[in-house]
Amino acid sequence: MKDFTREMIDEVLELAEKLEPFARGRPCRMLEDKLLALLFYEPSTRTRLSFDAAIKRLGGSSIDFGMVEASSVSKGETLADTIRVVSEYADAIVLRHPKEGAARMASDYSSVPVINAGDGGGHHPTQTLLDLYTIKRESKLEEIDIALVGDLRYGRTVHSFAYALSLYGVNIYLVSPPQLQMPQHIKSDLVHRGITIRETNSIEDVLEKIDVLYMTRIQKERFAEQSEYLAVAGSYRLGSEMLSNARENLIIMHPLPRVNEIDASVDATSHACYFKQSFYGVPTRMAVLVKLLEGKI
Amino acid sequence: MSVKKELLVRPIEHGTVIDHINAGQALNVIRIIGIAGSMGSVVSIAMNVASKEMGLKDIVKIEGRELDSKQLDKISLISPDATINIIRNYDVISKYNVELPEEIIGIVRCNNPDCITNSDEPVASSFTVTKKPVILRCKYCDHIISEEIAEQLI
Repeated sequence: MKDFTREMIDEVLELAEKLEPFARGRPCRMLEDKLLALLFYEPSTRTRLSFDAAIKRLGGSSIDFGMVEASSVSKGETLADTIRVVSEYADAIVLRHPKEGAARMASDYSSVPVINAGDGGGHHPTQTLLDLYTIKRESKLEEIDIALVGDLRYGRTVHSFAYALSLYGVNIYLVSPPQLQMPQHIKSDLVHRGITIRETNSIEDVLEKIDVLYMTRIQKERFAEQSEYLAVAGSYRLGSEMLSNARENLIIMHPLPRVNEIDASVDATSHACYFKQSFYGVPTRMAVLVKLLEGKI
Repeated sequence: MSVKKELLVRPIEHGTVIDHINAGQALNVIRIIGIAGSMGSVVSIAMNVASKEMGLKDIVKIEGRELDSKQLDKISLISPDATINIIRNYDVISKYNVELPEEIIGIVRCNNPDCITNSDEPVASSFTVTKKPVILRCKYCDHIISEEIAEQLI
């Protein structure tokens, strides 16, 4: 994602907007002769279903190997061999794998395009694209103030997102507990790219100053002590009562699944945007598929 | 009182002399260029030899084989100042400095345990290289190795 230019991203986002009516059900045969292989080595709900929905909304179809336990993987087959075989069956492969760099390696062995749907703690580029698309549709992409909240240290998806945002000249607030702050080299990169970064450990500090609030999950396994986790997780819980002085057009995003970072009372406010964000995964992934499989609009 | 100077390692008739290796790195140099005892060449190693420029240095002499520069450039990962002398009939017929390649494949292990190259997959590690300071970036997982590269040699 770091290597994407603004032109490349804009092209996908513009295409996603054109495809949105089809994502909502208007009949479409753009990729009707195309077959997409979904190879998920790790559990996934939204990413897997939205890719499946995306190819089917475009008139194509999908194949998958179901549970990893029921596939050749359980017999010890390498990813490289699986990719060689599946790339002869399908026109493109969507891969989620626990190892970082798995998708890049798969592309070395595949005769068809491989789409990275998350590689361990590595990258998840279509999530970044759909997050940008959500901001474009529900707010605006340029000259906004955005807060990234939660685990900014280990969550590399949020790192990719920050790099992509830097192409749009936004002001970024980084909100995290001290032990989960964004790594220094990424902050330096972002500043070097000409954007303003401010850091704080309190959501309240930024709520009145932002157009977009991007919440992420704080994972239990990042903490040595359960009590430490509970204290931190508790202080990063957003309730509707905290939004009284927020900007009217503030949107709240979350890649989901949420645990308790956003109270259910927020769902009913005009700020809540995370379910729309989930939907926007479909037109965004449709755009990626059309681009890769050269579907005609 | 005069100090009697002796050659630690005798001159070679034909072959390759790798000089100005960082002190203590000679064995790693041999590993990197893939010199094995089984190939039959006489290989001499001198470690911690006094050097005007470097204080201490290592030297490796490989008799009967002229190694090519592509093979030798990998040495620059751990000894950027190393010089190569190709010897024929006791004369130096060419002399050059090693140069860091732009890509390093299969020599260094990625230090990210979750990288796909640290698994059972049939994939060699691969890094893009930036110079001054030397930084290796994994082609697969993007992790960076900038210190103690010798520790990561495969």
